[in-house]
Amino acid sequence: MEARAEPATEPPPVMEASSPAAIEVKDLNLYYGTFLAVEGVDMKIERNKATALIGASGCGKSTFLRSLNRMHELVPGARAEGTVALDDEDIYGPNIDPVMIRRRVGMVFQAPNPFPTMSIYDNVAAGLKLNTRRIKKNDLDTVVERSLRGANLWDEVKHRLGKSGSGLSGGQQQRLCIARAIAVEPEVLLMDEPASALDPISTLAIEDLVQELKQDYTIVIVTHNMQQASRASDITGFFNIEGAGEPGHLIEMGPTEKMFTNPEHKATEDYVSGRFG
Amino acid sequence: MTVAGYAADLRRGGTVPAWAPWAAYGVATALAFVLSRATGINVALLVVAAIVLAGAVIYVWSRALEGSRRATDRVATLAVTSTFAIAMVPLASLLVTVIRKGSERFDLAFFTDSLRNVVGEGGGAVHAIVGTLVITGLATFIAVPIGILTAVYLREYGAGRRLAAAVTFFVDVMTGIPSIVAGLFAYALFAIFLGPGVRLGVVGAVALTVLMIPIVVRATEEMLRIVPNSLREAAYALGVPKWKTIVRVVLPTALGGIITGVMLAIARVVGETAPLLVTTGVITSTNWNPFEGRMMNLSVFAYFQYKTPGVPPEPYFARAWAAALTLIFIVLVLYFVARLVSLRWGRTEILK
Repeated sequence: MEARAEPATEPPPVMEASSPAAIEVKDLNLYYGTFLAVEGVDMKIERNKATALIGASGCGKSTFLRSLNRMHELVPGARAEGTVALDDEDIYGPNIDPVMIRRRVGMVFQAPNPFPTMSIYDNVAAGLKLNTRRIKKNDLDTVVERSLRGANLWDEVKHRLGKSGSGLSGGQQQRLCIARAIAVEPEVLLMDEPASALDPISTLAIEDLVQELKQDYTIVIVTHNMQQASRASDITGFFNIEGAGEPGHLIEMGPTEKMFTNPEHKATEDYVSGRFG
Repeated sequence: MTVAGYAADLRRGGTVPAWAPWAAYGVATALAFVLSRATGINVALLVVAAIVLAGAVIYVWSRALEGSRRATDRVATLAVTSTFAIAMVPLASLLVTVIRKGSERFDLAFFTDSLRNVVGEGGGAVHAIVGTLVITGLATFIAVPIGILTAVYLREYGAGRRLAAAVTFFVDVMTGIPSIVAGLFAYALFAIFLGPGVRLGVVGAVALTVLMIPIVVRATEEMLRIVPNSLREAAYALGVPKWKTIVRVVLPTALGGIITGVMLAIARVVGETAPLLVTTGVITSTNWNPFEGRMMNLSVFAYFQYKTPGVPPEPYFARAWAAALTLIFIVLVLYFVARLVSLRWGRTEILK
């Protein structure tokens, strides 16, 4: 995973061994209170692949994404039924600590959200520093540099690591958030419309980054942008709802190329060709 | 107004000179003054009449030259600035009076001497200054952690629960407690354990705590409310536990506003008289220990200098005013310290 230009002085510190994980979702129902938002999802997410989730607004794809690292339940009244197996371990099983799941399944959000009180360096180091792990300054430096290089941001910020992250542009802030997420070396990286608040050039930078990151992580990306799904993903899943107030369903899922050229369902074809709604 | 009307306004094209509002003000004020002298009618009433008159003058003048839209704007501007000016009058008058009368005894002796064995002239208020700082400091020390933690409970843990709703209700009720009630509560509380007639600095501090807590809770709660949820989610997504998210992400982000709230609370209680009168007692010598013996403070000091002066009374009055000036000075210093602190550590401007 090293993309270093200079010769490495020291081998990078060995963090907890982590390899990208696969996810298998079985019969997942997601509720907000009594409202069934997503119904009966069965899905296999392959390791080291970028999986895109597409669908109209309100069809439950973001809700589904947030159920993959148990962020869904942070909304008061929200709950999940069914199983989500992260490498054979059901994350909704008894005795599972959601905090530990979130350390294994990282997330990047729609709007860049760097911590405003922290410097660029501290933002990237936040996951390690806040998770009570004792870590040497040298090792932390290495992790910060590696993460920023991994997010293609190092060259732009290496001279101002001590400055606040909110001084960066929107695209840089989003890459900072990606660096922050990969600094804790998750097994899966969830991205919730990571480029929707960005201009086309920053969007392209994020899409290129997805291509690089999938070598080390399993990536699930929610997007409204059809070109983005076709450019950046290997596998695409299409969510749809019958109408307002109805639960969202996974209509079909398959290799991105097939989904965009020869989908099995009429609804999918209508959506990817822009005839939807 | 119709589009045609606006077009007519534009065609007029004239402009009232820049000094016109001031001229209207000046003429109206002069008129009010002359009338007041001539008729003996209350000045305040005439000031209001003069403002209305100035408004009328500027409206007619501007309407003739610039049209009705500009004229209405000028009247609105005049209304806003004059009400602001009226609001400033008591503040300016108070400051001028306190500085003028207080500066007479605002000397070195005032800050080095107590009133021990002082009759008539001389003496100082060092015992009252010490008392004010110790009692307020102790009250802050007790109230700030309780207030902040209560607010954290209300916003981060208790949202939607019945207990949180009840606490919010009682915090609101506490905001309106008359300060003497807080004093009597603290007195009664300590009287249970230490017997009637107890007079200690710490009793006064507890009374002030009762007054401070609701203000700190309210201010902190409001600040926590505007910390974006996306920051909490970002921390959770890194696998940071909730308590650590609050301590390391949420509270630092809200720090600037929390400090402002704490400052407001201190400013609210630093000049309290009634609750301290019944809890800390009156004394003329310096006492640094809030857990033993009576303690003086600046507002009680000013009160007693004014209420029970000796003969001649002038030095007593002068000391009372100097105490008032000192109190304002303390609040001012605290305010600047708080601004410095929040500029250095608070990042409130990021909370858009």
